[in-house]
Amino acid sequence: MLTACGPMEGAVKIGITQLVEHPSLDESREGFVAALKDAGYEKGVNLELDIQNAQGDLSTNAMIAQKFAAEGKDLVFAISTPSAQAAATAIKDKPILFTAVTDPVGAKLVKSLEEPNKNVTGTSDTHPQAAQKMVESLKQFFPQARNVGIIYNSGEQNAVVSVEATKGELERAGLHAVLVTVSNSSEVKQAADSLVGRSDVLYVPKDNTVVSAIEAVVKVANENHLPLFVSESDSLKRGGFAGFMMDYYQLGYQTGEMAVEILKNGKRPNQLPVGLPQELTLGINEKAAKAQGIEITDVMRKNSKLLPNSQ
Amino acid sequence: MVFALLGSIESGLIFAFMALGVYLTFRILDFPDLTVDGSFTAGGAAAATLLAAGYHPLLSTVVAVAVGILAGSVTGLLHTKGKINPLLAGILTMIALYSVNLRIMGRANVPLLNEETLVTKVNATLVNVLGDLSLAAVMVVAVVVVKLGVDWFLRTEKGLMLRATGDNERMIRSFGANTDGAKVLGLALSNGLVALAGALMAQYQGFADVSMGIGMIVIGLASVIIGEAIFGRSSIARATAAVIGGAILYRLIVAFALQAGVNPSDLKLITALIVIFALISPKTLQTWKAKSGKKRRHSSGGESHVEA
Repeated sequence: MLTACGPMEGAVKIGITQLVEHPSLDESREGFVAALKDAGYEKGVNLELDIQNAQGDLSTNAMIAQKFAAEGKDLVFAISTPSAQAAATAIKDKPILFTAVTDPVGAKLVKSLEEPNKNVTGTSDTHPQAAQKMVESLKQFFPQARNVGIIYNSGEQNAVVSVEATKGELERAGLHAVLVTVSNSSEVKQAADSLVGRSDVLYVPKDNTVVSAIEAVVKVANENHLPLFVSESDSLKRGGFAGFMMDYYQLGYQTGEMAVEILKNGKRPNQLPVGLPQELTLGINEKAAKAQGIEITDVMRKNSKLLPNSQ
Repeated sequence: MVFALLGSIESGLIFAFMALGVYLTFRILDFPDLTVDGSFTAGGAAAATLLAAGYHPLLSTVVAVAVGILAGSVTGLLHTKGKINPLLAGILTMIALYSVNLRIMGRANVPLLNEETLVTKVNATLVNVLGDLSLAAVMVVAVVVVKLGVDWFLRTEKGLMLRATGDNERMIRSFGANTDGAKVLGLALSNGLVALAGALMAQYQGFADVSMGIGMIVIGLASVIIGEAIFGRSSIARATAAVIGGAILYRLIVAFALQAGVNPSDLKLITALIVIFALISPKTLQTWKAKSGKKRRHSSGGESHVEA
């Protein structure tokens, strides 16, 4: 594999730093590159692309950021919160765009979503109203439900942020959140089992650890006829009953468009507000509904998009 | 080829503190201490939490070291008073620290992007004098000071006791010496240094994260072993210098591998192979020498005994 050896005169140098290999994150990278291509930035022609993946190792993550700083990349695309934090620490004078960050303000990447104050902006993978809408649908679909079992990794800041938001919304709606935490994917099955009998509905937030073992949760949900709410398209396809169709490819594409604004139209990152997922449609996986013993009601039909032939 | 040399040297210097700590347990005490993965994060967590709360970077870093000392002492006490096997004692503390670190931070990730840290202070103070080299220069001085401190400590009575405990615990015990105390002290100091590295890493990368210590023990061991294999270990002073060299060299190897397009998921395997190679080669050479020597002495060629 050839990385930056600088044969192309005048080519734009973009570095992509990604924390882990993960279907959603990979998709956002593909979307980003596609948006550049659509705007006329062709890899190997007028674009030098340097893609680095830290494979979950934070010291490698920091080194990648240092490498991009030393090589003077024209723009850095950071996929995940730690990738963006390391890049923002190492690079102060070049634009950094992030994606797949749940809480850009909490991660101190931007001052506010509307007005990023430095050389950093990008897209968040969570719509501020996602938690509220999820809880609304849950109440509409299952008016009898009282306890919502939530599985997440407390070692993932993104998951912690979305669980806190969801918990708040549930309490406002008069529901009770039953939380279990895991620290790696091998604990997910047991965590899901522990929720049986204590919860009427299951929910999995945007959590890399749990999502990578979503089949274990699906199994428990199917065996015990518990509706499983998820938070992105991939988990919905893999057997979740309902979830907002967060499309990471689309989000990456959106971030790529922001990169074009900077590279082509001379915009500065602090002039570009943080982008949010445009898709706030609730998807229902019909096969999963059957497996979890859920009858599709008129209310569900009216308020969501049915996906007949998912896994 | 552009090469992020400076960044590798900077992070190598940070890991040098950790490598010195690993040297104390692994080589001096002969104690394979796995607390490291937890105490590295503990240092980062403590420092980041205090920095985010507005405390002075120096104070935050000192407290981080204290947390590491505490963690090492726990492993030491589990082993000496609890009679728990060294590997297991370290693993138990490491596992416990995962929860403790989350408690310390109150969240999984503490950002330091807008905080005053040692790194920002050094850069702000020296940027006009040394430019980009400010951080590396200050780090070199700090690492050398700590190295000389470790050298000095190992020459004191307590330090000699530590070395003797590692060399031959049974004999030292028979002289009525307190080897338990020596072990706890060694583990405490070692993990203090590891936590210092964690605290500096958090300030260097701009955040502390609960997963930042994963795989640190391997990096520490690799630094010690590569350093010793290349720069020698004939005396304490030489070995500690070698360990620092090893830490920097290791980061350079990683940077070079990334630059060459090696998949980062293969880095752990490459690291393991380098360590295996460095551990085996001197011994294999000795065996080979012994064998050929024996052959010359007895033409029949006897079995050679390999010392483990």
